[in-house]
Parts: sequence; C-alpha cells; structure tokens
Amino acid sequence: MATSNLVEVQNVTFGYDERQVLKDINLVVPQGKVVAIMGLSGCGKTTLLRVIGGALLPDRGEVRVAGRVVNKLSDSELFALRRRMGMLFQFGALFTDMSSFENVAFQMREHTNLPESIIRDLALMKLQAVGLRGAADLMPSELSGGMARRVALARSIALDPMLMMYDEPFTGLDPISLGVIGQLIRRLNDSLGATSIVVTHDVAEALELVDYVYYMSAGKVEFQGTPDQVRAAGLSSLRQFVYGEPDGPVPFHYPAPDYRQDLFAQ
Amino acid sequence: MTGRLAELVRALGARIVDNWIWRLGFACRFLWFTLKESGPSFRRFHLTIREIYFTGVLSLIIILVSGLFVGMVLGLQGYDTLVRYGSSEALGVLVSLSLVRELGPVVAGLLFASRAGSAITAEIGLMKATEQLSAMEMMAVDPIARVVAPRFWAGVISMPLLAALFSAMGVFGGYLVGVRLIGVDEGSFWSQMQAAVDFREDVLNGVIKSLVFGIAVTWIAVYEGYDAPPTAEGVSGATTRTVVTSSLVLTALMFRGR
Ligand SMILES: Nc1ncnc2c1ncn2[C@@H]1O[C@H](COP(=O)(O)OP(=O)(O)OP(=O)(O)O)[C@@H](O)[C@H]1O
Ligand SMILES: [Mg+2]
Repeated sequence: MATSNLVEVQNVTFGYDERQVLKDINLVVPQGKVVAIMGLSGCGKTTLLRVIGGALLPDRGEVRVAGRVVNKLSDSELFALRRRMGMLFQFGALFTDMSSFENVAFQMREHTNLPESIIRDLALMKLQAVGLRGAADLMPSELSGGMARRVALARSIALDPMLMMYDEPFTGLDPISLGVIGQLIRRLNDSLGATSIVVTHDVAEALELVDYVYYMSAGKVEFQGTPDQVRAAGLSSLRQFVYGEPDGPVPFHYPAPDYRQDLFAQ
Repeated sequence: MTGRLAELVRALGARIVDNWIWRLGFACRFLWFTLKESGPSFRRFHLTIREIYFTGVLSLIIILVSGLFVGMVLGLQGYDTLVRYGSSEALGVLVSLSLVRELGPVVAGLLFASRAGSAITAEIGLMKATEQLSAMEMMAVDPIARVVAPRFWAGVISMPLLAALFSAMGVFGGYLVGVRLIGVDEGSFWSQMQAAVDFREDVLNGVIKSLVFGIAVTWIAVYEGYDAPPTAEGVSGATTRTVVTSSLVLTALMFRGR
C-alpha cells in the first residue's frame, strides 16, 4: 500500500483560526504520477500543500508521505523527510541576498559535501533546464516576475526530490515558457521516477499535463478523475471552472452583504 | 471608585504580563535555541564573517566619527573644569577613564543598536514576510541555525571591537583638542593616563561591559526580527522596538554595571 501511494491525506481538517479552511479532505497521490489540485482562489490549495509538507499541523486527520505520518514526526525526522521533498512557493520566496545561482546551489551546499566544481555544474544544469543559465549572476531584484518563478522552480528541483509540490508554477509565464515549464514538470517526474503535485488555475495546461485531477471547493474535494473524466464531467460547478464561465453555481464574490445595501447604506 | 481602580490595576497587570513577561519568556527560549543551533556559525565560519562585515565593518564610519567627536568634547570640557583646580595635566586620565569605563561601551552600544541592530531586525523580518524563512524550513534547513545564529554571533563579536575602537578614537580626539589645540603638556597627558588606567580594573571591565551590551542588543535585534508580524507595518514596528528596547536595556545595564 505504502509503495503505491506516495502521499495519502486522510480526513484532514485544518483552520488557521476558528474558521475551517480544509474540511475533511481525502486524497491520494500515486507513486510516479503527476496530480493536479485545482479550485477557486482561496479554497485552500496552498494550505493543503503546507499541511502535506508538515509546515502546518492538521487539527484532525493524518497525512502520510512515503508511508510516514508527517504530522507525528519529530523535528529531525521531518527534516530528513523534507530533504526528499521540493516545494515551489506561490510567490517564489527566493533568497533576496543571494544571486540566482546561489539560490539554486543553496540546498546542494547545505545538504551535500559535493566539491564546488560539481555544485557549479549541477546548479547551471538546473538553470539551463528553466532557460535561465544566462541569468545565473543576477540578483532576485533584477529578475522579472516570470524569471523569478523559473529560478524558484530550478531551486525547488535542485536535489531531485522524490516528491515535488508546485504551487502555481504557471502564473506570470508567457505562453512559450509556460509550455516549456509544463513539459519540464512532466519530464522531471518521469525521468526521475518522482511524484508531483501541481496546484494550478491553468485548466488547459493542467489537463494536458497531468494524470489525475482533484477539484477542490470550499475546503472539500468536490470532484476527482482523469483529465478525460474532467472534460466530460456533468458537474456544473466544475464545467463552469473548466470553461471559465461567469454564470453558474459558483459565486465569483467572497461572501458579502448585499451590494446595493452596502453602497447605499448611508 | 475602588471598582475602577481595580479595573485599572488589572488592565495594567495584563499589559505587563502580555507585553513583557510573556515576550521575555519567548525571547529566552529563542536565545536558548539560537545557542543550541550555533554549531554551523563556527564550523562554517564564513557565514559569520559575512555578517561581521554587515554589522561590524559597515558600522565603522559612524563609530569612528562619533568616537572622535565625543573625545574632542571631553577634552574641551574636561580641560575647562580641570584648569580651575590647576590640574590640567590630568586631562588624559579624565578622557581615557570616562571613555574606557563608561562612554565607550554605552555610546558605541547605542550607535550599534541603531545602525546594526535595526538592520538585522529589518532583514530577518522581511525574510519572514516574504516567506524566505518558510522556504528554508521546507528545504530542511533550520533558519535559526542558518540565518539567526550567524547574525547573533557576528554582533557579539563585533560589539567589543567597535567599543574599543570608539574609545581609542575618543582618546585621540581628547589628545587633539587638549594637547594640540589647547596646549596641555604632552608628556604628562600620556604618562598620567598610563599610570591611572588599570588594565584589569578599567580596560577589561570595559571590554566585558561591551560584550554584555553586544549580547543584549543583538539578542533583541534577532528576536524582534524573527517575531515580527509578516507585514510591512509589522517589520517597521519591530525595527523601532529594537532601537527603543535596546536603548532602554543598555541604560538599565549601565547602572547595574556600576
Ligand atoms: N496565514 C493565514 N492566516 C489566516 N488565514 C489564512 C492564512 N493563509 C490563508 N488563510 C485563509 O485560508 C483560506 C485558504 O487560503 P489558501 O492560501 O490555502 O488559498 P488558495 O487555494 O491557495 O488560494 P489561491 O488560489 O488564491 O492561492 C483563505 O480563505 C485565506 O483567507
Ligand atoms: Mg495559493
């Protein structure tokens, strides 16, 4: 069982305060697959990744990665597990006091005893994969938004992790980089025998790329299936999401009092 | 009336407990973790060297210039007073003792808090606000070991050196004004100083004092940064608190040290 599913999330409930953000989530990520988590803004995708990475402890339920219960590990065991995980943060989170190259080399320096010449080659290879070898010596403040995300991506795959979590890898990318990054995610996954979780709003790209889709809504998994099942699904809220329709069962607005009353309250 | 008074006392107590005792407890735990995770700061000393450059070397200008001027003022005012009692040759003693024992560590500490302490707080606070610290944790690197401890040790190492330079510069400033400008006898200026300043009683005492100040200021700075709310206001508030708290703590420690 533990060999077939790299990640198992069982009945996980989580809230930052009283308000529950994740409500009884169940989800598995099979070994070697690329799984997408989609859903509206604010539905708890980033939170879910944090829970899987052990950065947040669930109020209830269990998260297993590679057969180990993440929320019951000691600090040192958690760190040992994290060495084999990579996470691309939604806002990049590059170290602003280091160049692109230093950012990518960071984990190699921290966790390995490789000689400097090999670290240099490895880091340049990662940067080459995202098309930014030429930007190796630029500081994060000198990068454009899309470039910064690609450097962050190169950094997150630096140690060839067994589990990759990408939080919105496609935002801010032009169509060409978007396609390249999509292929890169797939290729890395397949050539390294890794497993990937991709959080994204980019439905078209995701349906091309992934093996399986979880669609979240208000802290719950509302739909799951293969890309073909998603395209064919009759679920109206999912249809609305996939085809980007303004009208449908999913409200665009965060819950608020009546608009008219709010405006003319005086 | 008594009800209102009780209310007031209770509110005051709650504020003190929440703002001071509670935070002091966290700060102590934080210091303990920092000390426990200090291995890499020394094993990979280049991490600490880099921070010594930012906290120590970049503070040099302000420390040297202030030291010179404080010494010059001491020379001028000291001469003014001493000459009334006909003992202007003791100027060297006055200048050097006030600097080495008191002013050096304290003024250098205050300057250090506002120059380097605030920078440390702002940097760590911003790293937290931009998720760099969380990212580091996700990469299985402890931010306390990698970010906090090297900055802490850099501050602790820099501060006594800066205070010593401040005092040296001050003595030189006193010499410039007293001997060069006013014309106190050069020989007695230096020989009296040499005779009166005791290495253990005065110099070593000053060094220990500045070491304690360095620990206090850097501890406050790294803690405030690490504890800052991850927003722009949060970081700016923490930076202000670093300077205010360190100044108050330095003043308190100064009288404690008498
Ligand atoms: N640090 C926090 N403290 C309190 N509430 C938070 C915090 N972070 C997120 N939330 C709340 O949790 C909910 C889910 O946030 P999350 O960041 O997981 O959403 P998301 O699905 O990643 O959205 P997006 O697609 O916009 O990135 C939101 O309603 C948000 O208001
Ligand atoms: Mg998100």
